[in-house]
This record gives sequence, C-alpha cells and structure tokens, in this order.
Amino acid sequence: MIHSLFLINNAGDIFLEKHWKSVISRSVCDYFFEAQEKAMEPDNVPPVIRTPHHYLINIYRDKIFFVSVIQTEVPPLFVIEFLHRVAEMFQDYFGDCSEVAIKDNVVIVYELLEEMLDNGFPLATESNILKELIKPPTILRSMVNSITGSSNVGETLPTGQLSTVPWRRAGVKYTNNEAYFDVVEEIDAILDKSGTTVFAEIQGVIDACVKLSGMPDLTLSFMNPRLLDDVSFHPCVRFKRWESERVLSFIPPDGNFRLMSYHVNAQNLVAIPVYVRQNISFFESGSSGRLDITLGPKQTMGKTVECVVVTVHMPKVVLNANLTATQGNYTYDPVTKILVWDIGKLNQQKLPNLKGSLSLQSGAPKPEENPSLNIDLKIQQLAISGLKVNRLDMYGEKYKPFKGVKYVTKVFR
Amino acid sequence: LHSQQYFWQITLRMNEDLKEMLESSKESLKLEAMKRVVGLIAKGKNASELFPAVVKNVANKNLELKKLVYVYLVRYAEEQQDLALLSISTFQRALKDPNQLIRASALRVLSSIRVPIIVPIMMLAIKEAASDLSPYVRKTAAHAIQKLYSLDADQKDHLIEVIEKLLKDKSTLVAGSVVMAFEEVCPDRIDLIHRNYRKLCNLLMDVEEWGQVVIISMLTRYARTQFISPWKEVGSSDEKAFYESDEEKRKSAEETKPYAMDPDHRLLLRSTKPLLQSRNTAVVMSVAQLYWHLAPKHEVNIITKSLVRLLRSHREVQYIVLQNIATMSIQRKGMFEPFMKSFYVRSTDATHIKTLKLEILTNLANEANISTVLREFQTYVKSQDKAFAAATIQAIGRCATNISEITDTCLNGLVLLLSNRDETVVAESVVVIRKLLQTQPSEHSDIIKHMAKLFDNITVPMARASILWLIGEYCEHVPKIAPDVLRKMAKTFHNEEDIVKLQTVSLAAKLYLTNSKQTKLLTQYILNLGKYDQNYDIRDRTRFIRQLIVPSERGGALSKYARRILLAPKPAPVLQSAFKDRDRFQLGTLSHTLNSKATGYLELSDWPPMAPDQSVRNVEVAEAVSRSTLAFDSDEGPKNGHSCEAGSRSGSGSGSSEESSSEASESDSESSSDSDSGTEQKKQSEAKPAQKVHVKPFLSCKLWCSVLAPSQVEEKPKKEVSLLDLDDFSPAAVTMTKSSILSPSVLSDLHGLSLAASSPAIQVCVSPVFVPVHTYELLHRMTGKGLAAQYHFSRQPCIYDDRMISVQLTFSNNGDHTLENIHISEKTSAGQNIHCFSPIECLEPEKSVTVSMGVDFNDSTQAASFQLCTKAEGFNVSIQPAVGELLLPVTMSEQDFSKEQGKLQGMNESSATIAMTPESITSQPLHRKVVNMANVGVVPSGQNNVHRFAAKLVSSGALVLVCVVQKDSGAQLTVNTEKTIIGSMLLRELQTVLSQGS
Repeated sequence: MIHSLFLINNAGDIFLEKHWKSVISRSVCDYFFEAQEKAMEPDNVPPVIRTPHHYLINIYRDKIFFVSVIQTEVPPLFVIEFLHRVAEMFQDYFGDCSEVAIKDNVVIVYELLEEMLDNGFPLATESNILKELIKPPTILRSMVNSITGSSNVGETLPTGQLSTVPWRRAGVKYTNNEAYFDVVEEIDAILDKSGTTVFAEIQGVIDACVKLSGMPDLTLSFMNPRLLDDVSFHPCVRFKRWESERVLSFIPPDGNFRLMSYHVNAQNLVAIPVYVRQNISFFESGSSGRLDITLGPKQTMGKTVECVVVTVHMPKVVLNANLTATQGNYTYDPVTKILVWDIGKLNQQKLPNLKGSLSLQSGAPKPEENPSLNIDLKIQQLAISGLKVNRLDMYGEKYKPFKGVKYVTKVFR
Repeated sequence: LHSQQYFWQITLRMNEDLKEMLESSKESLKLEAMKRVVGLIAKGKNASELFPAVVKNVANKNLELKKLVYVYLVRYAEEQQDLALLSISTFQRALKDPNQLIRASALRVLSSIRVPIIVPIMMLAIKEAASDLSPYVRKTAAHAIQKLYSLDADQKDHLIEVIEKLLKDKSTLVAGSVVMAFEEVCPDRIDLIHRNYRKLCNLLMDVEEWGQVVIISMLTRYARTQFISPWKEVGSSDEKAFYESDEEKRKSAEETKPYAMDPDHRLLLRSTKPLLQSRNTAVVMSVAQLYWHLAPKHEVNIITKSLVRLLRSHREVQYIVLQNIATMSIQRKGMFEPFMKSFYVRSTDATHIKTLKLEILTNLANEANISTVLREFQTYVKSQDKAFAAATIQAIGRCATNISEITDTCLNGLVLLLSNRDETVVAESVVVIRKLLQTQPSEHSDIIKHMAKLFDNITVPMARASILWLIGEYCEHVPKIAPDVLRKMAKTFHNEEDIVKLQTVSLAAKLYLTNSKQTKLLTQYILNLGKYDQNYDIRDRTRFIRQLIVPSERGGALSKYARRILLAPKPAPVLQSAFKDRDRFQLGTLSHTLNSKATGYLELSDWPPMAPDQSVRNVEVAEAVSRSTLAFDSDEGPKNGHSCEAGSRSGSGSGSSEESSSEASESDSESSSDSDSGTEQKKQSEAKPAQKVHVKPFLSCKLWCSVLAPSQVEEKPKKEVSLLDLDDFSPAAVTMTKSSILSPSVLSDLHGLSLAASSPAIQVCVSPVFVPVHTYELLHRMTGKGLAAQYHFSRQPCIYDDRMISVQLTFSNNGDHTLENIHISEKTSAGQNIHCFSPIECLEPEKSVTVSMGVDFNDSTQAASFQLCTKAEGFNVSIQPAVGELLLPVTMSEQDFSKEQGKLQGMNESSATIAMTPESITSQPLHRKVVNMANVGVVPSGQNNVHRFAAKLVSSGALVLVCVVQKDSGAQLTVNTEKTIIGSMLLRELQTVLSQGS
C-alpha cells in the first residue's frame, strides 16, 4: 500500500519524509517536479503520476503537496482519501495545516504518521483514538512536560480501538452537557447572461459539536426528511434506522464532527436569494472597457443577506480597473486578474453597485468572452431548502443536555 | 569545498552532542535528543551514526522515548543489521507483556525491522500473536504477515496457515487487515475464502472503512469466480445455432433456463449497498465498482447518485471518479444522463477535470440532448484555457460523427471557428473538419474551397498539413484551386515545417497524377527541393514519390499502379473515446486510472459458464445454531462484541427497535443459510446414489455405558516445548555475525529468544486422563457389502501432525470373500486435513484389522467425509467428532487456572446451572463423568466441591477451561474459552451428561 510520504511546499522543497517500508530515495520526487513544471499551476498537477518503478499519488492542499509513493496496485481513491485525512488530522491537531505548523511539531507529526499507518495500511484514522494515543500540543501541556518530563504519549490502548464504537472514547465527562447542530446549506448554481438558471442544486451538511458525558445515544428527526435526496453519513449513524424511519440515530463522537451531508433534489426549483444585473463590455476601438454590476435581494424570506462577495476572473488583457462602489470596497489583482468586490451586508433600500472603466493592454485584441461572476453570500437562520430539525432525543444517559440548532445558507456561483 | 568540510564538521559535532545527550542519565535530555534525531530523520538527513547510542534506550521505561526509539530503529535497522539484533530480546520480552498495547507495538516494530536473520523469530511471534486474546494484537499480526512475506517469500506456506486461521476470526478489527494480507500473500487461494464468505459479508458493515475497501475488492474477484453471470446474453444463441450439435443443444437448453441468483451473490449485493452512503469516497467507489462488475444490469443504476455525490469532494477525488464515470458512460449512457448537468464545466475547474467532464458529456450526447450539449460546448470554445477549447472542438467532432443528424450543423459551426483569432482553435477545427469531411467529401467542396482560401492565414503546421492533405485527396472536386495552392507552396517550401513539407510532396504527386498538364513542372520543382532537404524523412519520401510517379526506363512496374496507390479511397477515421476499452481493467483500480497494468494488479476473471459448487460456503449448522443461542444469551451489554455479529451497526444497548432489527437480520441470515444447506443436502442426495453413513455421536452420548478405568492422572516431567530450535539456529547466527566483538552478546540475546509456550506453567500432557472405549460405526456391513468399519477416538496425540486428532479405525470383513486394497480415495470435505492410513492389501473373511489415521478438524464439529474404497467399490463415509474429542488435556496449577480464567471473561465465558438429582450426585464421582465426555485434564483442586478441568483445542491451541462448583442440589458449570462456539457446545454436552443419573 502506501510506501512513503513526502511533503513538498510550493517552492519545491521536500520538508518532511516518512517511510513505512524500506527507504525510498527522495530522488523519486524528481518525476513529480517534472509533472509540476509541465502543469504550470499547482491545481493542474495530475493526481496520479507514473514513474518507471513507482507510482506517485499526490494531493495539493493548503499550499502543500502530499506526495505518496506506491509500488503496487491499490485503489487510487484509497490513497487520496487517506492523504486528505492526514491533512485534516494536522488541521485538527495544530489549528492549521501549514508548513510552519508541521515543521514546528515535527515529532508529533511523526508519531501521528506512525500510528495512522502500519506497513502502509491505515491503522487508526479516527481523531478520537489518535488524541488518546498522542495528546495534541497546547502551550500549557508543553510547559508542564518540560518541567515534569511527562510525555505526550498515552499509556494505554484507547478503548475505542477495541469496542464497536471506535469513534468515541470512554469516560467522557462534562459539567455542561451541550449538543449543537449547524445545518449549513450551499446553493450551487450556474446562471446565464440573462439571469435564468442553467443549473442549480442545494448541498447541505449537518456539522455537530457534541459535548455530552458518558455514552449518550441520540436520535435526531426532521420535519421534512423527504426533501433529502442523497445522503452520506458519519459511520456512527445507524443506516437501518434511517432506511426504515428516516431518523438519525447515533452514538456521537466526542467534540466536532460532520454528522451527515446531503443533497436536495435539483428538480424542485431552487430559490436564488439574490439577482444580479451586470454589464461588462470592451470597446472595439481603444483599449478600454466598461463594467457595471448591481446586486439586489430576491426571495430571501425576510432574512438579511450577509458576507456578499463578488469575484470576477478578468481576461488576461485587462491591465487595471478604475471603479467606484456604492457599498463595500473592491480590489483588483493585476497579476492573477481577479477582481474582488466585498460588499458585506446587502442593503435592501439602496442596492449596491460597482461601476467604472477597465483599462486594457493596448494593441491586444479584445477578449471575445465576457468574464464569469462568482458570488458568495451567507444567510443566517435560514436553510434555503426548508429543511427543519424536528427534535433531538437522548437515550442512555440521565442528565438533560442543552440542545441548539443553527441554520446557515451559503451561495457559490 | 571548504564550506563542505565545514558542514561535515558541524554535523559531526552535532552528532557528538546528541550522542552525549543520549548517553546521559537524565531522561529529559534523552527525550530531547531523540526528538532532535527524529527531526533529522524527518528532514531526510542521515542519522545512522547514532545507532549504538539510540539502541541502548530501547528498553527505557518512558513510553514516548521508547516510541521515538522505535521510529529510529525501524528506519535504520536495515542498514545496521548487527546492532539491530541487540534490541530483539527486548521485543521478545515485550511480546509477553500483559498490556496489549505493548504486545502489539512490540510485534509492530519487530516485524518492521527488515533483517533477514530474524525471520524465524518473526514467524514465531506472528503465529503466537495470531492466537492472542486481544483482537488488536491479532490485527497487528495480520499486518506483520505482509511484512514478513515481503522480507522472505519462502515463508509463504507457513504464512498462509496463519492467514487461514485469522480469516476465521470474528473480530471486525482483524477482518480488514487479514484480507489485505491474503491479497498480498496468496490472492489465488480462493478456497480459503469459501467458508468465511458469509461471515465477511455480514461483518462488512462494521469493519473500519479501510478494511471495507479491501474486503469489497477481494469479494468482487471472488464473486466473479464463484457465481454465474447475472447478465442475460443476447445473441449468443444465434451464433451457436449454426454449429449446434445434440450435446450443445442440451447445454443451451440449460442456459436458457431462467436465471436465479445464488443467495450468496444476493447477500453480497445486499450487504454492500448501505456502504454507498459512506463518507469515505474510497468505500463508495469500491461499492460502485462491485455493483458495476457483479450486479444485474437493471440494479447498477443505484450507484449513479452516489458517484455524482463524490464529484463535490476534493479535486483529486473528482479526477478519479470522473475517469471511472467516463468508462461507465461509454457502455451505459442511460445511467448518467439524468445527471448531465453535474458534468457541466466550471471556470474554476482544473484542466484535467475539464477534459474529463468534456469526455463524459460527449459520451452522454444523443439525439435528444445534443442541442443542449452543443450550446454548452459553444461557451467552452470561448474559454480562455486554449487547451480546453481545443479539446472541446474535438469533442464537437466526435458528437458530429456519432450523431449523423447534426453533422452538417457541426461542420458549419466549425467552419465559423476557422475565422477565430486564436491559432490553436483554428488548427484544431481544421483537423476536425478534415476528419469529418472524409466521411462525405462530395457534398462539401465549398468548405474545401473556403479552407483553401484561409490557407494563407493559418500558421499552425498541423492545420496547414491537414488542409494540404484535404486538397490533395479531393483535388478532383476543386480542380482550379488545387494547382494554385501547390504554386504557393512551392514558393514557401523552404520555410515550412517538416510535416507540411511532407504533405506538399504528397499533394504534388497527387496533382501530377490527376492534372499533369498544369502541374508537371511544379511537381518537378518541389521534388527537387525535397531531394536536397535537410530532413531524411523528406528526402526519402521525395525519392519514393519520384520513382513512383515519374515514368523511367527501368522500374516501370509500380508506376502503373501509382494512381491506385496514392489515390486509393481511404476509410474515414473513427473518432472514438480514449476510454473506449478501459473497462478491461477493474474500475476504481490504479491500473484503470493509468490505463495500463500496474504491478500487482489482479485480473478480474470472467464469469464461470457453470456455477461452481455452492456448498463450499456452508458453515456447519451446529455452529450456526450455537451462534444464535449465544446471541440471545448474551446479557453483557454492547461491549462484549456480540453485536458485531449482528450485521448491523449496533454497538450499543440502544432502543429496543435497534435490538429487534439486529435480531431480525440475524435470523434472516440464519434462515437463508439454513435453506441453502437444506437444498444443498437435497441436491446431494439426488445427485449421488452412493450410500451415505452419518454417525451422530452427539446423540449417542446419552447411551454411553461407560466403563471406567482407574483414572490415570499422570504428572509427566516438564518438557520444554521449544518452539525455536536453537540447535539449528545458533550456528547460523555465528556465521552470519562476523564481528567477533558482537557475536557473543548477540548469541546471548538469541538464547533469550527461545519462545516458550504461551504460558510456561501450562503443559500439554502426553497421555489422556481417561480413554472411553466407545466406538462409532463408520460403515455398516450391509451397506458396505460385507466390509464393516468402526472408529474410535484414541485420545492420543497424533503422530502425524500436532493439529490432528488420531482416530482408530477397525475394519472387519463380514462377507464371504477376501477384500483387497482397502484405502481412502478422495477427501470430499474441504478445509480438513486428513492423514490417511496406508492401504490394507487384503482382508480375509471373518478377520478384522485396526489402523489409525489423523484428522485435523480445525476445531469444528463438522464431519470429515471421505470415500472409503476397496478394490471393487467405494463408499462415502464421514467421521463426526464429538466436541469433547477436539481437546487435548493440559495440566496446570490452580493459580494458573484462575489466572487464565481471568483472561477469558466476558464473551469467552459461558455458564449454566444444572439441577442434579440425588442419584446422579452419588452415582459417580463428578470428574469421571466429565473426563469420560471430554478429553480434559484434571486440575488439582483445594476445595472438595470445586472441580476444575483444563484442555486445549488440538488445532488452534486455544485453552478450554471447565469449572464445576457443586452445591447441595445442583452445580454451577462454567466453560471459558476463546472459541465461544466450542465453549457453548461443550457446555451443553456437559450439562446433559452431568444431569443424568448413570
């Protein structure tokens, strides 16, 4: 399975290597660099690269390439999924998955990698188990450790590893028992020039933060489960109950986790919360163009639209933009050719507008294509699909927990 | 050079520092040093010099320090083999540590040290760990199997034995790892899977995600060899009709019988389906490929939605999933058509994802949706990513050839693109137009003319070459323009690219043949230019063309055919997908992604024409029954691990509905397996006219009239069971470790290696406590046509193999003529190892003879069946062992007994209360009844009312402890063993025996 792992930064330095079987020289990464050079952009590097003796499967995440070396047949998704788990684990342990964080905690990283794989086959990838084996670094603990000489390594086998509930550790205790659920929905839509929907779908996730003592058994039910078209669950959810009763029944992991992600059928019409009037044109004569974008609310169900950001990928010939915004501020990066207009809260009375001229490279032919607009926004306390949590029941423990549900809608276009 | 020296000095000094720190007495200093060493390793710097200093700390108490030392050891042991051996004895000790975490990590490190000398030690450690009580340690053992195999492939046979054993493991922890080992070591030993197939299917839901992936892909291969195809084949009968002979007619009649899916095949599909909802993309993909390769065609559609869901995951995941969808969409358009919009390209996608989406859209295009697809393509052509725009044009070309209605529309659209400002777009359009025109040139001479006009403005060589070729090929359609183009080419010949020059030469030749009047001189000129070109290809081509078309005195033979050679009608190119025949690789594999066979790729076999025997997957009924009773008996709560058998994601004492659902699933699977075996038996009885003798010692237990011999409790002198033969080993070690300073210490370490049996206090006694004389009938004299056979368990350790049980067979000839050559011919039951007796040459009438044979029952009460043959005839017979005979007595002290019992709590314990009638108490000493029924050893007991017995299973060596506590009117009976099934069966038998009067 996974033979070795190299972590490479954007500059092409291999800053960490780990081998689970015999050592493979880091010169194998030359093939990767070759592919990287050919691809021009990090996103375009092919995830699977063949070399004469090995196969390189890599992911690019948080400006780090995770390059794994494979020698024999293995499902590529297996490796890719695992590498993403590694990245998530770093994120979980160190707050962010950056080169600096990894370099600072190289010993813990090494201990983690050692526990996560044995002979290239995943051993413990569940965050709860790993945290019992290897304690995450905190300032307090590192101080205590340096004084008392105690270690970051757990002394016993985590109970989760052996039980049938591997995602939860035993003996959890909280003074305040709380369970929070965030229903986050994203609209993913493509609109054409005139504003008609080409494609729209709603994807949602339910992220949970559960801090409950003991071994609680939770049941979460929805008012309208029929809305959900396609779902995927955290392993803790009992699939049989979902199939028969459409309720989520589970023993939660401790802490933050993603309970389920779902898809709402695209066939029922998706209400797009905002509308856009845009006019971007380039003049045939002279090296200039005009830009005019207006945003307005539409079907927001009485909620305010927040964090509105408009991103425009300009054609390569656009040198600079001279614009005025009635609300928020804009930046234009002439290197990446990206125009970002950060509006903030959408004002119902006075619609935000961005207007002005674009200066083009002189002599260059006018771009034949109008740039596409990406709009990100957020609506608090609203799940655009109308999904509602009905109730949350707890069995197995006696105390009364505090429960909370939050709805958020996001849009990417 | 100076700086390099300086650098070396620095590293040297640093290493000195570290060495000092490592050798200091302060723990914190050592830890700090180790952390720095690990930092060096992580950066890829060489820290091997520190090996001696580091290895000294291997036995340190501090767990973190120890772990870091392990990390170091695993990294450098291969380079420093001699020194690495110093650490081995520490691991040996740790392997017996009461803490399972330490046992497991010791095994992990020991097996990761790639030093060939320790192969035998690793082998022993693995064997031992494979029967460890902790499933975590057993999992580690499964991993170690692969490591040892990669170190020394000669150990394969032994390792397969361990794999076989671990495959039977019921823990969800072990399942994934052992299947991985199976795939690595012996993927062709499909026979090992048979009996575990149903268990694996039922466990699948509860196995950890990574194990699921491995198991599913293994089961896919398995199913392809064991079940018949669920895909109805159309047309195959037509082909056959011509050749059909009588025999084949019968065969095809059989084939046309309505297809009924094997229940096991259905079980696999049913138990994998919920995994489509997994959050792990690899699991979803592996279920998808399983359905694609195994499910009936109409059921495959359920995977679509899940695959489309994966497209919202990371970029890399999208890439792989899209590739697989591309392959699928060629064969089954309908599957993904409703989701076509999910494959629309976004401006933020990476180029390779865009091209894959394009590929899929092209595959999905049909008459109904082509207009939407083309509209989408139109926006792509304008994309700033020119490589992608070019790919789009090719896709349009493919759509145009596939759907004949739109060919004209596409052509016109492409011609419009010819005036595009971007060169690559134009070039690509020209190339595609050329391919399209080839299909129907006569109708499109205006397009050719248009292209000829554009020729001056096009600079991309490939496009220019394409236009030249087109004009040359269809010069008769454009008689006026062609010579003019040639004239222009003659002017610019020097500055053209090679590919254009070659086409110019071809054009000249073609024009010379069709229109020699106008072009003769031009052709001569171009041929002269080509003759002196720098490129040898062009010179060659020119020479060849000249010989071909210009008539000369000598070789005129070919020039007659020149026209037919050059202007032959050429077949139109087929524009097809790059994913056309990718389906020869199993979906989801690395080989599929690369489109070439990766090392270690296991071919997916074709469906077998006839279904192989289904019965091989049957697990004995007795086991199934006992399992169900166990499941109901258990009141230990969720932690005892029964819940994992229930095939659902239980694992908690949750609501009652949960329980009932798991029970339902249990009974469900039970009934299906029952019905299987039922039909199976019926089938056998129909199929085989040969007589079958079934002996059921279970029932006959009750009828035992036991003749008790004086109990023979023998305390044999303690015999060390040395698993590692030191005599064999030490000389080898000496020769290999040449360093004279080291070898003594190494040797002394190696002496510590002799692994004693799992616990030194437990000894297997050689002779049984008691041997019942009861015999069972193997073959009745009536059915055996004079030959009668009886068998008897001698309770002696088998001389052939430690894992076998010796059985004495007594043959007697009751007929009136001599029987010759009595022997065992074929062993029909799989999985059991039988050591046959040597054939009896002849048996006179009224005589009898006794022989002994060995059978390895694998610790199950499944009958060993075989065919007993004489010279003339064969009889199917079977030996069914009583559960008590699967044991070997062991002696141990009372303390050891309670210690071992303490380890076997929870699900390993089964107990019952027996009501004893007064007569039954007085009739016989209790322990006699027990030893009569089962081959156990008596543990000396301090209390009068407590009787303890100990034994181990012959095949696996697992301990079986029996404890009877007598009370006034009854007794409390407890059986502790790791093999819960054996335990519960033994319990029931003992219950019956003890509650009986006589």
